[in-house]
Amino acid sequence: MNPALIPEGAHPLATTVARLVWLLPLLPLLGFLINGTLAMLGAAKIGPADPSADNGHGHGEAHGHGDAHAHADHGHDDHGHPPRHKFAKIVSLVGPGVLVAAFGLAVAIFAAMRGVDMEHPYVLTLFSWMPVGDLNLNATILLDPLSMVMVMVITGVGMLIHIFSVGYMQDDPGYPRYFAYLNLFVFFMLILVLGGSYPLLFVGWEGVGLCSYLLIGFWFSEKANADAGKKAFIVNRIGDFGFLVAMFLMFANLGTLDILGVAEKAAELPMGGVIATAIALFLFVGCTGKSAQIPLYVWLPDAMAGPTPVSALIHAATMVTAGVYLVARASGIFSMAPVAQLTVAAVGAATAFFAATIGLKQWDIKKVLAYSTVSQLGYMFIGVGVGAYVAGVFHLVTHAFFKALLFLGSGSVIYVMHAAYHATHNHDDAQDMRNMGGMKTYMPITFYLMWTATLAIAGIPLFSGFFSKDEILASVFARAHHSTLAEASLLGIPGSTLLMIVYGLGLASALLTAIYMTRMMLYTFHGPNRTGEAERPHLKEAPWIMTGPLVVLAILAAFGGWLNVPALLDAIGPVGGLEHFLEPVVGANALRTTLGEAPHLSHSTEYVLVGTAILIAVVGITFAVLRLKPAALVAKKDSPAATGFDRVLENKYFVDEGYDAAIVQPTVNVSRAVLWKGFDAGIIDGLFVNGSALLARAFGWMGSQLQTGQVGTYAWVLLIGVITLLGAFTFR
Amino acid sequence: MLVEALALSALLFTIGVIGVLTRRNAIMIFMCVELMLNAVNLSFVALSKLYGAAGQVFVVFTMTVAAAEAAVGLAIIIAIFRHQRTVNLQNINLLKG
Repeated sequence: MNPALIPEGAHPLATTVARLVWLLPLLPLLGFLINGTLAMLGAAKIGPADPSADNGHGHGEAHGHGDAHAHADHGHDDHGHPPRHKFAKIVSLVGPGVLVAAFGLAVAIFAAMRGVDMEHPYVLTLFSWMPVGDLNLNATILLDPLSMVMVMVITGVGMLIHIFSVGYMQDDPGYPRYFAYLNLFVFFMLILVLGGSYPLLFVGWEGVGLCSYLLIGFWFSEKANADAGKKAFIVNRIGDFGFLVAMFLMFANLGTLDILGVAEKAAELPMGGVIATAIALFLFVGCTGKSAQIPLYVWLPDAMAGPTPVSALIHAATMVTAGVYLVARASGIFSMAPVAQLTVAAVGAATAFFAATIGLKQWDIKKVLAYSTVSQLGYMFIGVGVGAYVAGVFHLVTHAFFKALLFLGSGSVIYVMHAAYHATHNHDDAQDMRNMGGMKTYMPITFYLMWTATLAIAGIPLFSGFFSKDEILASVFARAHHSTLAEASLLGIPGSTLLMIVYGLGLASALLTAIYMTRMMLYTFHGPNRTGEAERPHLKEAPWIMTGPLVVLAILAAFGGWLNVPALLDAIGPVGGLEHFLEPVVGANALRTTLGEAPHLSHSTEYVLVGTAILIAVVGITFAVLRLKPAALVAKKDSPAATGFDRVLENKYFVDEGYDAAIVQPTVNVSRAVLWKGFDAGIIDGLFVNGSALLARAFGWMGSQLQTGQVGTYAWVLLIGVITLLGAFTFR
Repeated sequence: MLVEALALSALLFTIGVIGVLTRRNAIMIFMCVELMLNAVNLSFVALSKLYGAAGQVFVVFTMTVAAAEAAVGLAIIIAIFRHQRTVNLQNINLLKG
């Protein structure tokens, strides 16, 4: 069917370890099954703490409950250590163990892939999945450089976060359940990136959504957490609707749902035609949900209700970047639809800027990072939107490094803050930066690691974020001047103008990023400590099982830029590693829309662009350092309420309130009045259920009226019946 | 003879039916039922002339059963009377819907 596809056995990878690629998702699935079984076996046996058993532990022990202040299982008169889960040891081995194995396999496959010519993707057909009429879907694994990059990020960063979780979650009563969900997430995420057809990708897409829901609401005994999970799930369903419509359109117009098949057929579509544009836009609707872009970004900040390692893995490093992956994966369609590409870039830029402004005034350390994630995802969409797929995926990778580091670092801070508050029975907010301050004295390792990530995300030269962010901005600038995108237009705005606006917003977001990240670091680690006199002695560095993964991530965040060194800086290392690696997947598509025959940006222009980016990062950090006074900050309970525009930012532009008034409340009201009171209570209960009962009763009543109790009447009826029968037989 | 006998049988049966339908007293209705039974007996006997002795045999059976039925029926009526102090069937209507 597909000439680009060479037979399975003939592929150079077929004789290497890559033929075991099906094991990749199975390993975490195995972990899920084991941990899930242990969770169910252990669930019934977790009782309240036995007071005699943990007298020896005393006050000073750190507790792993993270963000859950009022967790049901440790009331405030429980001084000691809550009991570890009886299966904690096995789970600590199995949970991260399967990820270590998967990462090892991924590295082996990657090494094999480096050794062969990857011009053609390696497709492994596992079994026939949906043979229905014209639709003949096989469960296939598509292994190409793009999925390889994603697999490396998922298993690599995932492995580090799993190890971190061992420390962070060790005392949680739901420990095996946590690892079961986390393993299941990795399984679905690998299905998502390895799936060889859009429906299989969609299975992974929905599966990670499910795990995200389960893990956001992991501490579901608090209503706010359960609500956050529901919000994430429902908002994502809106996006998934778009994805489904896109798949229907693909099947109706292209006749196939295979990723390679669609890419091939898409190349035959007319450039800028309505089919390609519609498919691309509907796919992007799916991306706005999963990757938290305007207008569906609202779930991601709330998703911080989950355990912090979950925020790092799912809501920063992997799942939320699925949308970026999807656009890169469907690059064949997107490069046929300049209008859709401009939409992606514009939405990405708007999200990047909008979320960055909100990030400026958040007090919850995780909320700052959440809005930062939304903003950085916007960056990635700018990249893939303008057809700079490599730049977008590159930023995805570096972002996974530094944002996972930031989240895990904040997790360490929250962990010790919580432990300190727990030890003194204080119910203050362990995540509010106004209650932190001066943490560098107590957590020096975390302090330095977090600054590494901050410099990376702010775009300080030679840190990873600098390379990827600069590449995105340079791509936008180049395409604004000469590309099919510049010649297209969106809503009457010429593409070249729009792309310059996108570039401007990108620069502005970079400035804001530098400011809010520096603000977060200043308030958390610098200045005087505001935690409280009694708590201060309890502040100390988190254990090594948590700090260790941070060190690895910090190395990656610092040097990740070397994955794809720009040609401008050929002095520091081999140029464009990632670009060459991804060339077979997105290279042709990127070229189709982009620079065409025109030369790349001249070196002098590039120097100006790079200089601007550096200047902006430095200005942002300097501005924040000079302007913000951590010393003037007071603890949360003493802080005055924000006023004016600060208040608007602190309340996230009241978008949640607006959605609530415009969408949620009307839906609730209509559901209550029409669906519940009208349809359910009225028609189903009233007409069908009670109505049929009433009908039966009416017939019964009519029948009962025949029974008069008068024997004479019965005799008359009998006589009439006999005469009728006799008459009927006689005069028939 | 056959025609006359059957005509008498029909007449007796009709009288019995009318009695059952119009009377209120349980005893009277009971006697009318007996009258209907005997009308049928009469037709059995008359028709045995045409169809053989089976009719005669049936009559013996019917009379036996009728005797038993009379005993049970009267016993029930007496029981009702003891309970209700009446045998007027219009007053005995406990089984109405």
